[in-house]
Amino acid sequence: MTQSVVVQVGQCGNQVGCRFWDLALREHAAVNKKGIYDEALSSFFRNVDTRSGGDGPGIYKGKICSLKARALLIDMEEGVVNEILQGPLRDMFDSKQLITDVSGSGNNWAVGHKLYGYQYRESIVEKLRKTAEHCDCLQCFFIIHSMGGGTGSGLGTFVLNLLEDEFPEVYRFVTSVYPSGEDDVITSPYNSVLAMKELNEHADCVLPVENESLFDIVNKINQMINSGKLGSTVKQNSLVTSSTGSVKTLQEKPFDAMNNIVANLLLNLTSSARFEGSLNMDLNEISMNLVPFPRLHYLVSSLTPLYTLADVNVPSRRLDQMFSDAFSRDHQLIQADPKHSLYLACALLVRGNVQVSDLRRNIERLKPSLHFVSWNQEGWKTGLCSVPPVGHSHSLLALANNTCIKPTFIELKERFMKLYKKKAHLHHYLQIDGMEQSCFSEAVSSLSDLIEEYNELDVTKDDQFHNEVEAHTALGHYTT
Amino acid sequence: MSIVTVQLGQCGNQIGHEVFCCLCSDICGSHGLCSKKENQSYQDACKERFFWEEQSGVPVARAVLVDMEPKVISQTLSMAARSGCWKYNNQSHFCQKQGSGNNWANGYSVHGPRHKESIMDLVQREAERCDRLGGFFTIMSMAGGTGSGLGAFVTQCLRDAFPASFILNHVIWPYGTGEVIVQNYNSVLTLSHLYRSSDALLVHENDVIHKICAQLMNIKQISFRDVNQVIAHQLGSVFQPVHPAEGGSNYSRNPLGDLMEALVPHPEFKMLGLRNIPQIPENSLPYSTFSWPGLIKHLRQMLIANAQMEEGIDWQVRPPPPGSSTPSSHSTKKPLHFNTSIANLVILRGKDVHSVDLGSFQDPSLYTSWLKPQDAFNAWRTPRAFNKYEKSASLVSNSQFLLKPLDSVVGKAWNMFASKAYIHQYTKFGIEEEDFLDSFTTLEQVISSYTTL
Repeated sequence: MTQSVVVQVGQCGNQVGCRFWDLALREHAAVNKKGIYDEALSSFFRNVDTRSGGDGPGIYKGKICSLKARALLIDMEEGVVNEILQGPLRDMFDSKQLITDVSGSGNNWAVGHKLYGYQYRESIVEKLRKTAEHCDCLQCFFIIHSMGGGTGSGLGTFVLNLLEDEFPEVYRFVTSVYPSGEDDVITSPYNSVLAMKELNEHADCVLPVENESLFDIVNKINQMINSGKLGSTVKQNSLVTSSTGSVKTLQEKPFDAMNNIVANLLLNLTSSARFEGSLNMDLNEISMNLVPFPRLHYLVSSLTPLYTLADVNVPSRRLDQMFSDAFSRDHQLIQADPKHSLYLACALLVRGNVQVSDLRRNIERLKPSLHFVSWNQEGWKTGLCSVPPVGHSHSLLALANNTCIKPTFIELKERFMKLYKKKAHLHHYLQIDGMEQSCFSEAVSSLSDLIEEYNELDVTKDDQFHNEVEAHTALGHYTT
Repeated sequence: MSIVTVQLGQCGNQIGHEVFCCLCSDICGSHGLCSKKENQSYQDACKERFFWEEQSGVPVARAVLVDMEPKVISQTLSMAARSGCWKYNNQSHFCQKQGSGNNWANGYSVHGPRHKESIMDLVQREAERCDRLGGFFTIMSMAGGTGSGLGAFVTQCLRDAFPASFILNHVIWPYGTGEVIVQNYNSVLTLSHLYRSSDALLVHENDVIHKICAQLMNIKQISFRDVNQVIAHQLGSVFQPVHPAEGGSNYSRNPLGDLMEALVPHPEFKMLGLRNIPQIPENSLPYSTFSWPGLIKHLRQMLIANAQMEEGIDWQVRPPPPGSSTPSSHSTKKPLHFNTSIANLVILRGKDVHSVDLGSFQDPSLYTSWLKPQDAFNAWRTPRAFNKYEKSASLVSNSQFLLKPLDSVVGKAWNMFASKAYIHQYTKFGIEEEDFLDSFTTLEQVISSYTTL
């Protein structure tokens, strides 16, 4: 069994991270009735003997003494981290896992990346090493951050770089919250594009998330509950947005619902690595199957169902609905529509009481309406995990490597260029040591190249339509 | 003689477990519809072949479990132990923590060399525990990373360490529409490497077994467990003790050797397909009867028409008229869709086996002209019924059964290779484009050989 370490950077990163730890505990508590420290728990938690301070009874046998999150909390202002340390989850983190400062990054990528990066480099490396040493077999680093600010974006990508240098064998999965068009941070396009270059070059997989989409999902759920359309009551703890049953019982903060969605994304992503199933899907398999070319590692994700009704007997029609929903525009975590763009690859991670025949039936059903790139016509990766999420009998996480992400990048580039052409706010960046104009031009060039790669693939999709008949006869030899 | 089973990867271990369950329940359960003496002889032969006994009397499977991550093996070990009928040896497993990530190169070039000593050590111990070693049976899937990549490496090591032993690889062909996106790459690399070290490849296709579960077994929500149980039943029908062709009263003592002798006359032709009938839901068994002539007729037509199961057989397909079969594939006289065989083996189990007429399988028009029909066809029988089936007939065939699936997999892999997609994932671990090209060449040769039968 392998371990993963979560590195949460900046305000957004830490808020989402906090929700992640809370829900992870809830998930394990639901499964682990005997209080034994088992392998599943060890993937994200250490078992610490509070008296000696060292690691407590090993895996399999020992009772749980005190669980410590395998996490590093980084923020250049203290507000969010302090709140976590005073909140109900305080015992999960120890002071050696934190790196904080007081003044923040002023929404400036250069401050986060160059200034604080340089300043805290050694401290970060040291703490990462410590966390890694506590792991028997470290497989993956999860970075959680936002792209639009200064710390999450700048320092977060600095850490990403660092991870590649110091732990080249360990996977780097990044959950990035992209700014929306109406973002009130004026410099967010700069920060995002500068961060994109780092993601292009140093991340193994990126899971982009947009606040707008999270917001829409939250609204959708609220509408459904309030409209009374649902025949029976909704199971509260099944909501993908809910914290019910977790440690945090205080009034939920406004972003909590949205952050819970992202936390659930990470839980579902790692479920097959932690729990048993008839067809396991580990994190290294996700990277292997969904990244056909090194730079095209951006995965559009969707989670279904968003809630479960209290009625436990789910007919298979509902099950099929779950699969259909996963491909609908409203369930995606970014503003994109994969159904009408080109798939390079698609992964379906199913949890709970679902069997291989259900999977096959739905793939057969949905395949005709989806467009796959010519060299990967049957590009499906599937996983079956027996343990469902809390409150559900089954669930589905769909990860798509799809050209529908291109518009997001194009818009980002446009917003960037709008500012850059006027050289607006540039001096704030250039006055930082190590920051030059070339950083900007290189970053936008990297983004342009990425967009171009997606363009080239999209062209093949159009060709495919026009040459459908030809393709059939040419490939006819190889179709079964 | 005993067979040592090597279970590789998630698929290999899950299937292996079902196989031993099936073998055990077959010998422990029903009386077998034969004399007590016959039954006893059968049980003893099976036990010697697949199990050894520990002091408590519980049979211990002669198996080595290998996986690069621990979850499946620990599940497999505990399920076996819980059954009470048999178990695995607690020392005979090897696992790591991280898995192979569906990456053949990782399994073959990294995990293989790294863990060779530990794995071969376990195999050696199992081999030494056998009074007489009859060979190795490996179970693996082609689609993933461990079963396929590490499996190919281990097979090579087995060949090097035991040059005189028989090696039979049981290979699971993945579903056509994707379980793993890079499954075609992994399959091509696996098959080409196995072809060099293995004596024969016995193939089961997930799509075919799935159909059997759906249409013949009437299972509504098919799980991998269901699929694996059908596969285990089919394997059991081949490997449980039988009387060899000479009609001796003793059970065959060299199952793998006999199999190879019967089916693999030429090293270029190693792909074996397996068909077993009847296959019906367990609760229908007490109410069904079958006749041997009917079963034989169906089985023969399944062979000729390349039918995957007992339903939907194409009865229009006929063997070519005598005197028209030429070795060349350019022969236009050969009917389309006709499945030419190199060699066939039919195994009959149950009531009245010795009275069954198998002349229809000796028809020379079914075969290539290399072997005399009496050498191309073999039949093994036992009056002892298998797994509650009053009558059971299996066909292991070295024929064009697998030509189409092979061609399809190679085609898809080539299509993907042409765009260079995912190649960086393999070169990362030391498998270069030339290795891919070599594998394609090897398999194109195999396809060509089977096509021109």
